Amino acid sequence: MGGWGVVVGVLSGAVRGGTPFLLVSLGECLTEKSGKINLGLEGVLLMGAMSAYACAYKTGSPWVGVVAAALAGAILGAIHALLISRPRVNDIAAGIAMLIFGSGCAFYFGKPFIQPSAPQLPGIPLGGWSDVPQIQAALKISPLFIFGVAMAFVLQWFFRGTRWGMQVRAVGDSPAAARALGISVPRTRFFAIVLGSALGGIGGAHLSLFYPGAWTEAISSGQGLMAVALVIFARWNPVHCLWASLLFGGAQAVGPSLQAVGISTGYYLWNASPYVLTLLVMLFTCSTKRTLAGAPGALGASS
Amino acid sequence: MNVATPIARPDHPLPLELVNVTKRFGSFVANDAISLKIPPGTCHALIGENGAGKSTLVKCIMGFHVAEEGDIIIGGRSRDIRSPYDAYQFGIGMVYQHFTLVPAMTVAENLVLSRPDTPAFIDWKFELARLQEFMRTAPFAVDLNTPASQLAAGQKQKVEILKQLYLQSRILILDEPTSVLTPAEADEVLGLIKQKVTAGELSVLLITHKFREVFGFCDEVTVLRRGKLAGAGKVKDLSADDMAAMMMGGQREAKLVAKSVRPRGPAALELKNLCANKDSGVPAIAGVNLTVHEGEVVGIAGVSGNGQRELVEVIAGQRPATSGAVSVHGEPYGASRREAFEHKVFLLPEEPLRNGCVPAMSVAENIAFRCFDRHPLTKLRTLVSRAAIRNLAQGLITRFAVKTRSTETPIGDLSGGNVQRAVLARELGPGTARVLVTANPCFGLDFAAVETIHGLLTEARNRGVAVLLVSEDLDELLALADRLIVISHGELVYETTPAEADIKTIGHQMAGH
Repeated sequence: MGGWGVVVGVLSGAVRGGTPFLLVSLGECLTEKSGKINLGLEGVLLMGAMSAYACAYKTGSPWVGVVAAALAGAILGAIHALLISRPRVNDIAAGIAMLIFGSGCAFYFGKPFIQPSAPQLPGIPLGGWSDVPQIQAALKISPLFIFGVAMAFVLQWFFRGTRWGMQVRAVGDSPAAARALGISVPRTRFFAIVLGSALGGIGGAHLSLFYPGAWTEAISSGQGLMAVALVIFARWNPVHCLWASLLFGGAQAVGPSLQAVGISTGYYLWNASPYVLTLLVMLFTCSTKRTLAGAPGALGASS
Repeated sequence: MNVATPIARPDHPLPLELVNVTKRFGSFVANDAISLKIPPGTCHALIGENGAGKSTLVKCIMGFHVAEEGDIIIGGRSRDIRSPYDAYQFGIGMVYQHFTLVPAMTVAENLVLSRPDTPAFIDWKFELARLQEFMRTAPFAVDLNTPASQLAAGQKQKVEILKQLYLQSRILILDEPTSVLTPAEADEVLGLIKQKVTAGELSVLLITHKFREVFGFCDEVTVLRRGKLAGAGKVKDLSADDMAAMMMGGQREAKLVAKSVRPRGPAALELKNLCANKDSGVPAIAGVNLTVHEGEVVGIAGVSGNGQRELVEVIAGQRPATSGAVSVHGEPYGASRREAFEHKVFLLPEEPLRNGCVPAMSVAENIAFRCFDRHPLTKLRTLVSRAAIRNLAQGLITRFAVKTRSTETPIGDLSGGNVQRAVLARELGPGTARVLVTANPCFGLDFAAVETIHGLLTEARNRGVAVLLVSEDLDELLALADRLIVISHGELVYETTPAEADIKTIGHQMAGH
């Protein structure tokens, strides 16, 4: 298997490890399209992971866990949205506060659930055509990945093909123009942020209920923050978010895949590859001379 | 008063009448018992200086403000208009001074989103077909699939007007719709609207500063001064002097500063093979060679979007040149603070709030930007004296008649004309300028302000300042410039003097032929 093992490992890692990136970045994409940034999605991811695991453990159904994760995300999102709808509240500062608040809550309420084991989400086996067990294992796909892929295309259509989607874009690109069109800027942003955070929460459910599939405090390892970079990389386009998430997920799997075939040189170095990738993305997409194509016009503005 | 909703939207313009409309903001009376009447199928001009209460009055009609007293009578009945949606119900639509298009959206998306009844799920095939059908009857053509951000100002203004026609507005309120258009574009746009008015399909209330438009396109005129009705009548019964007298309250004194005759001085500002790119990376100006001598005004004419903005930004240091060089008084000039101070290069940029001010800082601080870090405003090279800044600002505010509540008001709170005056005070106040670069210095100002600014520019020229004047207003250029140069597609294509200038040739060159 050797070299092929690494390739299969990276590809399956891209899908498994890319799912939380995908859901969080779609949530962030929706939020940023409305002209505000939610840095608290890292906290949302942890809260989602914890509540999903806890509820799945208590009720015995992983699906209840997924719903709980979405709700937990939505509640944190609602707090963030209400905070930044106040005059003179900066979304970056509020986001950092929400990040710490969210992870603090998750750690506090999650303490009793580190030991017990909760029922996991069933994988969808798509590798039945192959006899190779690695391929079968690799193609056991998370239902939340399918959901995320669907959401990417739904969001793509939502922004162009629905009134609400166009209103979100109008608010994010030019709040003054949106107001002139009679659109309520705070209300539109509220819904965009709450729904975006709910998506982020579901990303957390994937972490604790599918892969890696347990609740630990180190479970998110900064993925919620990297999603912000990922959205920039994807130029605020939901379908591009999908490809970017697969890339980041794949980068995350390089180290473990190499180790699986016996190459453990630089294991920890390889594990840092998603972070290096984030820095490179930032480095290559930033320019002093021109603004990014596709960036919502009001993003980062103070009102 | 009646509730706004009970009538169906009209398919023809209803007669609109204002009776004694009064609007107060605190103790300030913005509109004092204003009455006017717009019969269907007429074009009515609303003129007055900046701050005369024109915008407030139309905002009352649109439902942004609710008048304290008086009636708005539409179709023979007094109506209660509490929001722009109510105004929409009566077929009233407004084109604002600033653009209300969403920049990232295409023209088609902007139009569809502007409807109050945008469907929840949009069938783009159907909508595009409908839009194309609409465009066939529209007075001007604009590509539906272009993002609004890529439209030139003139095209944006056309889309704003198209939007109102698309919404089937029958009474159109236009707030200085031509301030961003070239004279030719303005004539085209207003002419096509006038056709619809003459056909009885539209009524128009036109806010403007330009008498040319009042005489060219309007049937009746109402003049406001300081919130009061200063005069009204049929356009054909009035002369420009009558209207000017109404606007200024009879104290209008022509203060045109005469250009002194003087030999051309040595070269002050030189551009050699200057090239620069647009934000998108495509070349904006290509190989510009230009010399401005002391004591002359060089005017740059052109349709907006032909590289003027980038040219000024390069000289101002806001944009890097890709090649070529700028020099002042024979020395290379990189627009650093030290160089600008040494060579006394001053700048009156367009959109001064964006290009020359920090909106959240006070008027005094903005006025002190050029000199706050020097003696006498700064003691011992480190201690900035706020009192000295305030004194300096107070003096300039009085001299340049900047209307502001105090020196400590954030400059972003001032009206456009007053921001312009404040920047003017900063750049021309010290009177030490040797090179002055200015772009559209009179955009959207009333003619008293325009006269002041033109006077100051001519005075500066007479003093020996080298002035580069970039403007989209050909009349302004012809009045002020010693030499006139046309820019087209980023190149200087034609040079003439106002004395020899032939408008047709200039227009031809501007259009890029």
